[in-house]
Amino acid sequence: MLKFLRKSLQTGLVTTQYPRLPDLPPENFLGAPVINFEKISIERLKEAEKVCPTGAIAVETDGTRSKASLSYASCIFCGRCAEAVPEAITMSQEFELATFFKARLITSAEYVDGKLTGVHLPKREASIEELGERVRDEIFKTLGRSLHIRHVDAGSCNGCELEIAALQNPIFDLERFGMHFVASPRHADMLLVTGPVTRNLEIALQKTYEATPDPKVVVAVGACGCSGGIFGESYASRGGVDKIVPVDIYIPGCPPRPQALLHGLLLAMGRLSIH
Amino acid sequence: MSSRLIMETLQSEFADHLAKIYVQHEDEIQVELLSERLDWLPKICLFVHHQWKAFFVSAWASDGCKQEHQFKLHYLFSLDNEKLFLVIHAPVSADQPDFPSVAAHLIAANWAEREIQDTFGLTAVGHPNPKALWSHPDWPSSTFAMRKDFSIHSNPTRVDGDFPIASVEGEGVLEIPVGPIHAGIIEPGHFRFSVAGEPIIRLQAQLFYTHKGTEKLAEGLSPERVLHLSERVSGDSTFGHSTAFCHAVERMCGLTIPERAQSLRILCLELERIHNHLSDIGMIANDVAFLIGYAHAMRVREDVMSLNERLWGSRLIRGVNALGGVRRDLSLSIIPEIKSLMIKVREELRELDQILMNSASVVDRLETTGILHQSTAKDIGIVGIAGRASGLDRDFRRDHPHLGYSRLTFNVPTRQTGDVMARTQVRIDEVMESTQIIEQILQKIPDGPIKISTPELPKSAFALGYCEGWRGPILHALETDSHGAITRYKIDDPSFHNWPALLFAVQGNIVPDFPLINKSFNLSYSGNDR
Ligand code: SF4
Repeated sequence: MLKFLRKSLQTGLVTTQYPRLPDLPPENFLGAPVINFEKISIERLKEAEKVCPTGAIAVETDGTRSKASLSYASCIFCGRCAEAVPEAITMSQEFELATFFKARLITSAEYVDGKLTGVHLPKREASIEELGERVRDEIFKTLGRSLHIRHVDAGSCNGCELEIAALQNPIFDLERFGMHFVASPRHADMLLVTGPVTRNLEIALQKTYEATPDPKVVVAVGACGCSGGIFGESYASRGGVDKIVPVDIYIPGCPPRPQALLHGLLLAMGRLSIH
Repeated sequence: MSSRLIMETLQSEFADHLAKIYVQHEDEIQVELLSERLDWLPKICLFVHHQWKAFFVSAWASDGCKQEHQFKLHYLFSLDNEKLFLVIHAPVSADQPDFPSVAAHLIAANWAEREIQDTFGLTAVGHPNPKALWSHPDWPSSTFAMRKDFSIHSNPTRVDGDFPIASVEGEGVLEIPVGPIHAGIIEPGHFRFSVAGEPIIRLQAQLFYTHKGTEKLAEGLSPERVLHLSERVSGDSTFGHSTAFCHAVERMCGLTIPERAQSLRILCLELERIHNHLSDIGMIANDVAFLIGYAHAMRVREDVMSLNERLWGSRLIRGVNALGGVRRDLSLSIIPEIKSLMIKVREELRELDQILMNSASVVDRLETTGILHQSTAKDIGIVGIAGRASGLDRDFRRDHPHLGYSRLTFNVPTRQTGDVMARTQVRIDEVMESTQIIEQILQKIPDGPIKISTPELPKSAFALGYCEGWRGPILHALETDSHGAITRYKIDDPSFHNWPALLFAVQGNIVPDFPLINKSFNLSYSGNDR
């Protein structure tokens, strides 16, 4: 017993300062790809589209007009586009991509006669620094200091589960925010769903949703949860979670790192208190 | 023994039944059966199994109906001692889609043949337990997803039906259904326990909930795209699966990747092994309510994960493997950091090991719980850590080495007792071995390129790719058509072989020990279901 105590005292506090302090990922981190539309031609955009394994980059041409878009909902952050078009696409360190609206995950640009005529940059949700304090107050007010989360694997590769489970380790220690994972949807305020939703789990997901009391929030996790990701839609996969149940928050990533999940969860808590 | 000798023996035994026998990619002996001699398939498989103590590795089918009006079966064996693989290819006529079951004599082929039945509609005649495995009850019969005439975009209407679950009857026998949505942060599957009081009499499982059509999806895609699919077969084995896929492509193209890339792949494979083993050790401690053990194991694992992120930009080592090598290089400046983490991992784990093994409450829960006997493990074809914990001394890193594993010194830890304790200790020992493998790698990491370019895939080719993932051997098989496009991609995850082990190991144990036993195997649902 004494041994354990000594070990724990020696170890000290290991919990991350995030979200109180930002947690910048390492330099070569595969974060959100960013396209510099000023610097890229339609031809080069098409090359990026060609190498992109999930169709996150799409280019449509109609006569003299072209439209290019990049969706973080389906991006798997593989870095292929940046490798193919290094002069105009970079992999940024950005990872706090969670949002209420799927449309906010799409960047697009229009070209006429190959000339850039407009760029639409999505509005970003609050950063973690803004969220941290504000949300904690709100959640304490409305939820009696706790949020109960039910995780639902609707067909993922288990990558997202590894990172969700990491939220419970002493480094990320989710419980410090009053968030707990619960064993039954009947106890839950939130469903944290990973995807893609497979044919064989579609009904189970629906039933779990129905079994969760209102008010509830649904969070779609990962590229597959947000859009079907690399698996898309097929005989075996229905695609993203919102194809089956309404989704309140999207957390992109493949998988999102634990800090990105935390950012999304705090955002979702804000939403829950508005309900 | 040389491959030549093996081929000669097979020739002299079965000359009348074989169309062709040859070696390719150095270690693959290919044996092609004559189409009218399909009834000899089990005999040849058994001969190989007995004559050279060959282990059954995998069996799968492919659909060549359009070109040749026939399906093809492939039975893969490993001749560990000779470091060779042997693949028996047997054609099955489209007019008579059945074949004599090999599982009738070699139970290790049980699940593989049932999957072939469900997905290709080829009947394994004489199979001891031919019920549905892959198909869920609402999947229409005579709809076969892996056949070429089944479009990936089709959406078969659901039919009525019930799981083929055998009932166990007797006084006081109860059934406990669990899942598919489980209580923890784990993957989905359905379990049916038949219990008499606390002890489990029988456990049945319905899996394939997370089936994503991965193998079918790969057909016709460029290998660069399939690479990213392979990274997502089973999240915890991202690097293992992508290595097996790259290896298959590289063998098919006759490429040897640069030495630096080989070393970096070993580094990644071992980092993947370490982070998964540490996590399992922590979760096993958690399941016996020894939370301090959990906390320390997870803290150290988190160090490895954040090292991964610093080294490769991805905690799960995604986007790192490439056809022909790796995409991300190692900077000289970070090497001391890796070295000191390896020392830390060893020291922390040694201490944790002592804490765990000196705690009577932990030892009591781990010992004699969930025993998988060696004879059972051998018969049903259990692989990887689960096999080694039951005394099966097999490891692809030693028995089928590539990437330069043969130049490294390491032990393959085994245990004889086959209980949760043995599976925990094999993990602890393996982490120790992995840290020193990484140290050996870092000592002499060769200079040079990390990647060479890969040509187009050759036409009408076949190749295996493999490695020892953290859970066990991972094997991929790749076939191309007459245009060089991928026409069949078979993914073999160790979980597919080890799920039956769990069903055996829980028998006679009490229900509250199930989570612990399950964790000690930690099988992948997604890797199994694909
Ligand atoms: S990072 Fe990969 S998935 Fe994302 S847009 Fe670029 S190529 Fe597509």
